[in-house]
Amino acid sequence: MTAAPLLQVDQVGKRFGGFVALDGINLSVAPGERLGLIGPNGSGKSTLVNCICGTLQNETGSVQFEGRKMDGLAAHQRTILGLARSFQLPRPFHSMSVADNLRIPLLYAVKARSGSHVAKADADERCVEYLRLVGLDHKAQKQPRDLTQVEMRKLELARAMASEPKLLIADESMAGLSHSEIDDILKLLVRLSERGITIVLIEHIMSAVMSFSQRLVVLVSGKKIADGKPDEVVRNPEVEKAYLG
Amino acid sequence: MQSRIFLVVCIAVAAAIFAFARWLGSEYLFFAGYVVVQFVVLATAWNILGGYCGYVNFGSAAFFALGAYTSVFFHKTYPLPVPLLILLGGIVSGIVGFGMGYLTLRLRGAFFAIATLALAVVLQTLIINWNYVGGSRGAYTIRPPSIDILGATLPYMQYLFLLMLLLAVVAIMAARTIERSRLGFGFATIRDDELAAEACGVPTLRLKLIATTLSGALMGMAGAPFPYYIAYIEPSSAFGLAYAVNSIAMPMIGGTGTWIGPLIGALLLGSIQEVARVTISSAVNLLIVGVLLVSFVIIAPNGIVGLVQDRLRARKK
Amino acid sequence: MDFPVELLINAIIAGVLLGGFYVAVTVGVSISFGMLDIVNIAHPAFIILGSYLAYILNSRMDVDPVLAGLLMLPVFYALGASIYQVYYVSFEMRGREALSGLAFFFGILFITEVALILVFGVDYRYVEAAYIGPTLRFAFVDLPYRLLVPCVLALTMLAVLQLYLSRTFVGRAIMAVSQDQGALALMAADPIKIKRIAFGISIATAALAGAFLIIIQPVEPSVGREYIGRVFAICVLGGLGSLPGTVIGAMILGIMESITATFYGPSWAPAVSFGFLLLTLAFRPSGLLGR
Repeated sequence: MTAAPLLQVDQVGKRFGGFVALDGINLSVAPGERLGLIGPNGSGKSTLVNCICGTLQNETGSVQFEGRKMDGLAAHQRTILGLARSFQLPRPFHSMSVADNLRIPLLYAVKARSGSHVAKADADERCVEYLRLVGLDHKAQKQPRDLTQVEMRKLELARAMASEPKLLIADESMAGLSHSEIDDILKLLVRLSERGITIVLIEHIMSAVMSFSQRLVVLVSGKKIADGKPDEVVRNPEVEKAYLG
Repeated sequence: MQSRIFLVVCIAVAAAIFAFARWLGSEYLFFAGYVVVQFVVLATAWNILGGYCGYVNFGSAAFFALGAYTSVFFHKTYPLPVPLLILLGGIVSGIVGFGMGYLTLRLRGAFFAIATLALAVVLQTLIINWNYVGGSRGAYTIRPPSIDILGATLPYMQYLFLLMLLLAVVAIMAARTIERSRLGFGFATIRDDELAAEACGVPTLRLKLIATTLSGALMGMAGAPFPYYIAYIEPSSAFGLAYAVNSIAMPMIGGTGTWIGPLIGALLLGSIQEVARVTISSAVNLLIVGVLLVSFVIIAPNGIVGLVQDRLRARKK
Repeated sequence: MDFPVELLINAIIAGVLLGGFYVAVTVGVSISFGMLDIVNIAHPAFIILGSYLAYILNSRMDVDPVLAGLLMLPVFYALGASIYQVYYVSFEMRGREALSGLAFFFGILFITEVALILVFGVDYRYVEAAYIGPTLRFAFVDLPYRLLVPCVLALTMLAVLQLYLSRTFVGRAIMAVSQDQGALALMAADPIKIKRIAFGISIATAALAGAFLIIIQPVEPSVGREYIGRVFAICVLGGLGSLPGTVIGAMILGIMESITATFYGPSWAPAVSFGFLLLTLAFRPSGLLGR
């Protein structure tokens, strides 16, 4: 790897009481890369995302983004620096319209980053653009409670995108979607990748992960057991045993 | 409505109310009116933290009393004009609000609420044991009979009423400005889902501190003229539960989403209580507040404003 | 200077006895807040209600206060179950516990206190029983019966509850519902019914706690408010939902309050519990024996 990694995770560890959720995870993500992260339920994927994004603080090891140490930084500070994530279970702001949900990252993350005020007309335009990207523009003025499960999932992704990140972690956005909907999301993620956004895709749907990822990382019981090209990783006997077998 | 126009309207309404009260000439009206307008300030202040951010403050009485006791302290040390006392009361209560927020805002909402209750008791105990401001025996603040401003002589009670009206304008302007601003959006995300707010780049701790400081400061400002109003102040009434309940009940009954709710709640509940206090007894009026609070919270959680909004929405369809 | 060792020892012992009583006061909240995640700040109001009912039974019909407490157990249980039902339908189902639920209990706390003032006035009320008054003496150690009896009974009540929670099906379901509602539903136990039973038990403990309270001291309606801080201080100190932790937290607080009252005067006592609560919340919210 010639370019410096965008995200560097070194020996990150996290315990909950006596339970070891993450055991010395090492991970590098290059700028512009498309990384897939898979692992059985309970393997620590969400905990890892939480530690990277600052929702949880890791006890050991360090997380570096663009060469800068993230330890001690609050989640909102990391988002301002360009690290965004969507939540596995959608967490929309229920008292606001769909469009206003997208306005929040623009008003806070983007504004803090650029230091200048995002003009109202400009913000409105960008909200509509992101909604159109995920196919929710016709529901811009609706409340989140009026959305279907699938639409909430898309809103979740759109909101993460609205913070205009350099790295986006998509946490199981495709569960329960139909084939065509999965394709939609994949196309969307590819489009984002073409714009230069680095993407970490956490998924259970193997076909999607295989077609999207340039590199695949496997997590089992808090440890990384494989890291490499997708077709090689999938043929790794340990991976087969622990996950696919 | 443009904010500047709204401000002008508010001041005009306040002036009109004052002029009307002077024209009616009843001293009782100024007494009762002061209490109702004071509640408008308290309810609006509470709502900034409670309604907008979703963090319940059970210790409103403490911030109110701190403002009052700041005045008592200066009255004994070096008497100052009331508007300055209002400012000082606001500063003291604002600092305490900030400190309390810093200690407790990392906690879940429920723990924060309990912490506010604890703070109120601790502050009350400190004041009870502080003899310079009278301790549990209380303190007397003689109210001057009148004051000269701008060439006219105003009976002091009317002066206090006018100040409270202006303070209410300040409180409502603050609430409305916040609602429409980026800050208001940020507050709403904290209320809706704090974790998601952080992930969107909202600096939740900083915003919550702003809310507790502002809310506390406004309550302190409302408390500052109180010793002059009531002439004799002692801890159990200043820190009384009536203030805690009313600051919660009025916004919740009126509606917590906007600045209009606390105003409606304060006007309505304040008047009902005054009528009940005069005709029945002061314990019964508190009972009424409690029952109304519980009923509204069960039946109409979005308050009166919510009911009206639902009615309008239903009619649109 | 002659350090008043005897005074200190008596203060500590009084604190331990008081701590035992505080266990009775707190165990209900340990269940409702610690296990069911319901912030019932009105719990002290139910305790005071229990005190007043014990007072009525004692002064009108000469019923022993502890017996009165036991008689009221089913009544308070039913009260708790109905309140939970209202709470569930109005708040938990709508997801509004944070703001509205708190306001609801606060309103109940308030209504109870004001109603008691209207009915009984603000005079102190007390009960009479054979064991209120005499004191057990060992050398210089004083064990007033009015503190000893509630302490022993309270610890007994806690032991019974602990057995119930760990040995019976319903009891274990209650412990389970605090950790994973979904799993409980899969075990064909209705989580709502379990929570209703648990909350009913929580309020039932207030009946006994109230009887104990009026044995220890005369009561008047605003006494309940002092206990809000104590109750939550003990819960946070001892770790939410842990019954043994409640005992430790109660003892620590009881001893601290007793020493403060003995050496600095009783007017500082409320500040002790509330101040301790604030400090614990600020620096160690999960308690000393966190879950």
